[in-house]
Amino acid sequence: MTQPASPLDGLSQTCAHLRQALPEDVISAEIVRGELIATVKRTSIVTAVTFLRDDAVCQFTQLIDICGVDYPERAERFEVVYHMLSMKKNARIRLKVAVGEDTPVPSLTGIFPSADWLEREVWDMYGVYFSGHPDLRRILTDYGFEGHPLRKDFPLTGYVEVRYDEDQKRVIYEPVKLTQDFRSFDFLSPWEGIQRLLPGDEKAAVPPKPGGA
Amino acid sequence: MTATLAPETEIENYTLNFGPQHPAAHGVLRLVLEMDGEVIDRIDPHIGLLHRGTEKLIEYKTYLQAIPYFDRLDYVSPMNQEQAFAIAVEKLLGIEPPPRAKCIRVLFAELTRVLNHIMNIASYAMDVGAMTPFLWTFEEREKIMAFYDDVCGARMHANYIRPGGVALDLPAGLTQRISDWTDKYPKIIDDLETLLTENRIFKQRTVDIGIVSEAEALAWGFTGPNLRASGVPWDLRKSQPYDGYDQMEFSIPVGKHGDCYDRYLVRVLEMRESVRIIRQCLDKMPSGPVKVNDRKIVAPPRAEMKTSMEALIHHFKLYTEGFKVPAGEVYAATEAPKGEFSVYLVSDGTNRPYRCRIRAPGFLHLAGMDAMLRGHMLADVPAVLGSIDIVFGEVDR
Repeated sequence: MTQPASPLDGLSQTCAHLRQALPEDVISAEIVRGELIATVKRTSIVTAVTFLRDDAVCQFTQLIDICGVDYPERAERFEVVYHMLSMKKNARIRLKVAVGEDTPVPSLTGIFPSADWLEREVWDMYGVYFSGHPDLRRILTDYGFEGHPLRKDFPLTGYVEVRYDEDQKRVIYEPVKLTQDFRSFDFLSPWEGIQRLLPGDEKAAVPPKPGGA
Repeated sequence: MTATLAPETEIENYTLNFGPQHPAAHGVLRLVLEMDGEVIDRIDPHIGLLHRGTEKLIEYKTYLQAIPYFDRLDYVSPMNQEQAFAIAVEKLLGIEPPPRAKCIRVLFAELTRVLNHIMNIASYAMDVGAMTPFLWTFEEREKIMAFYDDVCGARMHANYIRPGGVALDLPAGLTQRISDWTDKYPKIIDDLETLLTENRIFKQRTVDIGIVSEAEALAWGFTGPNLRASGVPWDLRKSQPYDGYDQMEFSIPVGKHGDCYDRYLVRVLEMRESVRIIRQCLDKMPSGPVKVNDRKIVAPPRAEMKTSMEALIHHFKLYTEGFKVPAGEVYAATEAPKGEFSVYLVSDGTNRPYRCRIRAPGFLHLAGMDAMLRGHMLADVPAVLGSIDIVFGEVDR
């Protein structure tokens, strides 16, 4: 989908305005694929969201979504992603906050009531703690569930399975028993890696020509 | 005045459990209600009983294998959700489906909207005491699901809208059948309205119940008909058109009071608008291919595979390895029948999504339940719950 020129102009305006207004809090703000993406310091998320909601140029009056993303290789492994929508400007903004496993993110429940459940979901799925949240319970997983299922190091099959036990007349939890090993196919096929260095190529003085089959 | 009043006894609030299996819960919802007599003090919805880990599962599937999961989110309006995912993938791939594919998508997205709204209105009517609409509209749903069947072979879980277009072209005669249906369907809406719109019992159960003001609807993240019923003229099909909605002519019904009755009225009017869009799609339906002509993304036709080795290889590669999507992230929002359904897709350049966040409108609508129902009577719970159009497939994901 190509965006018409005018909303993009508005976006770059908003982008510049945001950078100018909150130089301390906004780490970066850019437009990628017609979407405004701003990385914000963890501690200033409340300032940034309040500004975006109340500022006359921005007017992002709706907090559409909060979600987490897990990048285990990063020092601060989680990213909390906020999506806001401005109906006045017909624009969206994505705010990102990097957060480690045991650093809390300030909760937005004081600004947007919709943040309540969304933050609970991020807590449930990733274990990102939101400080100042009035009721940070698990939301989607089972009562008494342990672990945070959307983390990359949580296995797809989980750890426990449930069934109704006829003898005990109740639902019981047991460790997952797979009748065959979980199959994860790696289709990142080697024959497409022909552009990469093949074994032995590193000995050649001149780098191999790109391309191939 | 000699009579003396009995000493006033302090009645403590008590907790009432609603669900998880309750016919008016529209699925598996457990509500823990704190009651002050018959008045609700607080509601604590316990969701997640239908949680299947869709987002996690998608991370382990190729892009093509992920599409069927979208049918199973909001199982009352499958194709709108496939559309959101397809648009997200297309944005990352930098491709655009051909005009005919777009038109077919809009056609089926609107059929799905009708499918969703009649289901909602009828089950809602049943929640508040009317039996007949449920029976009538299920017949209509069956007709629309027959169109689904014609086009993809499945009545509900279509797997029809794919990145790069749609799976198959419309079969012969289908446009005529849909066109015949559009002639008859407005009559059904009229009949439905004679049963409900001015029905005294229906109005007593819905008017001024669960009022959501404009500011509240925005703050709680309401979208779709629930937002429009509160008087916000916002529809992504108009404001951020996708798949050629900008070429369609339709209007956006907007409510005034934000109560249950307005939410019902908005849905009824939206169905009429959908029929209008469906007619326009049928009139304007362009000819041409229904998929992009890129064999690295879209499988070749069967006939070609019988003679061409290359086509066979493409087919094999697509259905084992799938296609690779350039690294990056994208947010694609569509106006699903229940509200803004969007997909936030993060790709790391491999054949599987790194992260696929599904933003389900029902999740936030249900989050607003507590504030909507405080101070209402117990009997209003199903009335409000039905009016915000909850399906647990998408709430729990």
